[in-house]
Amino acid sequence: MAALTDVIYLDNNATSKVAPEVVEAMMPAFTALYGNASSMHTFGGQMSHDISRGREQVAQLLNAHPEEIIFTSCGTEADNSAWYSATETQPEKRHLITTKVEHSAVLAYGHYFEDKGYEVTWLGVDSQGRIDLDELERAIRPDTALVSMMYANNETGTVFPIEKVAQIVKSHGVQLHVDAVQAVGKEVIDLQKLPIDYLALSGHKLHAPKGIGVLYLRRGTRFRPYLKGGHQERGRRAGTENVPYIIGLGKACELAGANIEDERTRVAALRDRLQQGLLAAIPNCKVNGDQEHRLPNTLNISFEAVEGEALLLQLDQYHICASSGSACTSGSLEPSHVLRAMGVPFNFAHGSVRFSLSRYNTREEIERVIEVMPGIVRYLREISPFASFLKK
Amino acid sequence: MWEYTETVRDHFLHPRNAGVLEDANVIGEAGSLACGDALKLMLKVNSDGVIEDARFQTFGCASAIASSSALTELIKGKTMEEAARLTNKEIVEYLGGLPKEKMHCSVMGEEALEDAVRHWKGLPSRSREEEGRLVCKCFGVTDRQIIKVAKENNLSTVEEVTNFIKAGGACGSCKDEIQSILDKLRSLDKPLEEIRPVPRMTNVQRMQKVMRIISEDIAPRLALDGGNIELVDVDGTTVVVALRGACSGCNASQLTLKNLVEKTLREQVDPAITVVEA
Ligand code: FES
Repeated sequence: MAALTDVIYLDNNATSKVAPEVVEAMMPAFTALYGNASSMHTFGGQMSHDISRGREQVAQLLNAHPEEIIFTSCGTEADNSAWYSATETQPEKRHLITTKVEHSAVLAYGHYFEDKGYEVTWLGVDSQGRIDLDELERAIRPDTALVSMMYANNETGTVFPIEKVAQIVKSHGVQLHVDAVQAVGKEVIDLQKLPIDYLALSGHKLHAPKGIGVLYLRRGTRFRPYLKGGHQERGRRAGTENVPYIIGLGKACELAGANIEDERTRVAALRDRLQQGLLAAIPNCKVNGDQEHRLPNTLNISFEAVEGEALLLQLDQYHICASSGSACTSGSLEPSHVLRAMGVPFNFAHGSVRFSLSRYNTREEIERVIEVMPGIVRYLREISPFASFLKK
Repeated sequence: MWEYTETVRDHFLHPRNAGVLEDANVIGEAGSLACGDALKLMLKVNSDGVIEDARFQTFGCASAIASSSALTELIKGKTMEEAARLTNKEIVEYLGGLPKEKMHCSVMGEEALEDAVRHWKGLPSRSREEEGRLVCKCFGVTDRQIIKVAKENNLSTVEEVTNFIKAGGACGSCKDEIQSILDKLRSLDKPLEEIRPVPRMTNVQRMQKVMRIISEDIAPRLALDGGNIELVDVDGTTVVVALRGACSGCNASQLTLKNLVEKTLREQVDPAITVVEA
C-alpha cells in the first residue's frame, strides 16, 4: 500500500479528503461533548447550539435561511426525500420529469415511480451532455408534480443552465428539485436568487466526512418527512442528530465558501493544464462533456481503443487515483449511462477516464500524470487488437 | 475495486506473449470492441501440430489481459489436439481464481482458442447460427453457448451465467429465457440438444462487419471530398453514424447518408439496414 503522501488523488467527484480543519472541529463532539441535543440537561443542551451553528454555516454557503436546511444522512437520502415529499403532497399529480444522465440516487427513484404507475419523462442530452430547454418546457404538463435535475454532472462535469431551468419550471408553477451534490463548493449558488424548491448536497464531496448530507427545503414548500419517528429537524427528518458530522459539515461549508475562488481559478487552471497536456501528448483521445459550461475541477477524457479499467490499474501503479465509465468498472457490463446518453461511440466510451481535482492538488501532481499517461496508453494500444483501426 | 489475485496482477502488469506474432499461421478471435473486450490469439503451429509459439492482442480489462496471457502460457508446446481440450476452468486455475463477475474473461480465452482450432482444421469460424438460437441480443450469445458454459462450470443461476458469458448483463430482456434454459438443463440428465438454427446475423457480427466496411470502404470514399464518418452505434439493423469534416452541415449530407452509406451497407451487410445520423 502506498503511503498516503505518495497518492495523487484525482477522484474527488467520487469522494474527497476530509479537511484537517473539519476533523479538528469535530473532535470535541466525539470525546467530551457526547450529549443528546434533545435532553433536558445542560450537558445535552449545548449540542443544540453546535447544530444551529452548523446549520447557519451551511445556509450561508447557499445564501439560504437556516430553517431551510435539513440535515440528512447523505445526498441520496436528500434526493429521495425531495421526490417523496413532492409526490406525497401532490397526490393528484402523476407525472415527473428528469434527465437520462442523473446520478443513480435519482435514476433508480425514477424507475421506482414508473413501477408505481407514474409517468416519467426522461430528457435526453446532446453529444456534449447538454439538455434542450425547449424540450423541457414542452414536457411540462398540468399534472407534473416535480422536475428533478442535477446541477452538474458527476461524470463529465457538464453544468446544466439551472437558472433558466428554474425560470421555465417556476413559470409553470411546478416544483423543482436540484441535485447539487457535485456543484456545491465549485459553483456559486445563491438560493435567494435561484427559485428552486429542493436542493440536495452531500458532505463527503466537499471535504466533510461520509454520512452527512443536506436537503434544502424552500420556506413555504409543503413537506412530508421521509423518515418518521421523531421531532428532530422541526419534525422534517426524524432520527437523533449526528452532531459531530453536522459540526464537520458546517465547517466544511465555511471552508468551501472561503475557497471557492481558488477552486474556480487555480484548480480550474490545473484541470485545463491536465487536459491540454494529455491532448497534446496522446493521439486519438477526446474530451467528453460541455467544455464551456463545466465544473472547474472535472476532466472526462476518452482514449480510443483502450479499456478504462486497464488504464486505471496501470495508473494505480503510479499511485494515481482516477475513475472510469467503462463497462468493466461500472459493474454492469455496459459503459456509463451518461456517455451512452451522449452518444459517445463505444470505441471511446469503454476507454473513458475521469480526473476530478480538488484544492489539495498541486501543479507537480498534474505534471506527473501528464508524464506517465502517454506511456500507459501507448502500451495498452500495442497489445490491443484494435489499435490498427486508429486513424493516424 | 476488484479483488485480483497476485497472479492476475502479475499477468496484467507483465503479460507473457503480448503483441503481434509475425509468422503466425493460425489465428483465433473472440469478443468485440462493442462488448468491451476482445482477444486475438496468434499461433505458430508446426507440421506435427505442435504449438511452437503463441501470442495475443487483447482489448479489455485487467482480467481479460491476464486471462489471455495465461492462455498463451498454457498452450505453448502443446499439440493442437491437446490444446483443444482446454477450457476456461484451467485458465481460472492458472490465475489462482478470478472475481466471479470476471469469469467471462476466461471464457473469452476458451472461445478464441476454439476459433483457432477450427481454423487449424480448415473450418471457417463458427457462425453464431451454427451455434444455435440467439438468446442474448445485446452480447450475441446463443442457447448452445449458454448450455456449454453452464455445464462445464456447473452454473445454476442467471446471475452466474451473466458472470461467465455476459448474457443478461445489459438490457436484461433475455433473463427469462436464460432461466428457462437452466430449468430445462436441470430437469434433464441427458445432454440437451437444442439446435434450431436461425439464419440471421447477430448484433455483434453485424457490428463488426459494419465497422470494417465503414473504415475500409466508405470512409476512404468520403475522404476524397474532405469528409469523414464515425460509427456511433449499431442497434439491431439501425446504424447510427456521425458525418464530420466537410460532410457535416453539407446539405447534401442526407443524400450521402442514403445513397452512399446506406446503399453500401445494404448491399454488403444486410438489406434491412437503415442508417441514421447521430
Ligand atoms: S438481450 Fe441479453 S442483455 Fe440484452
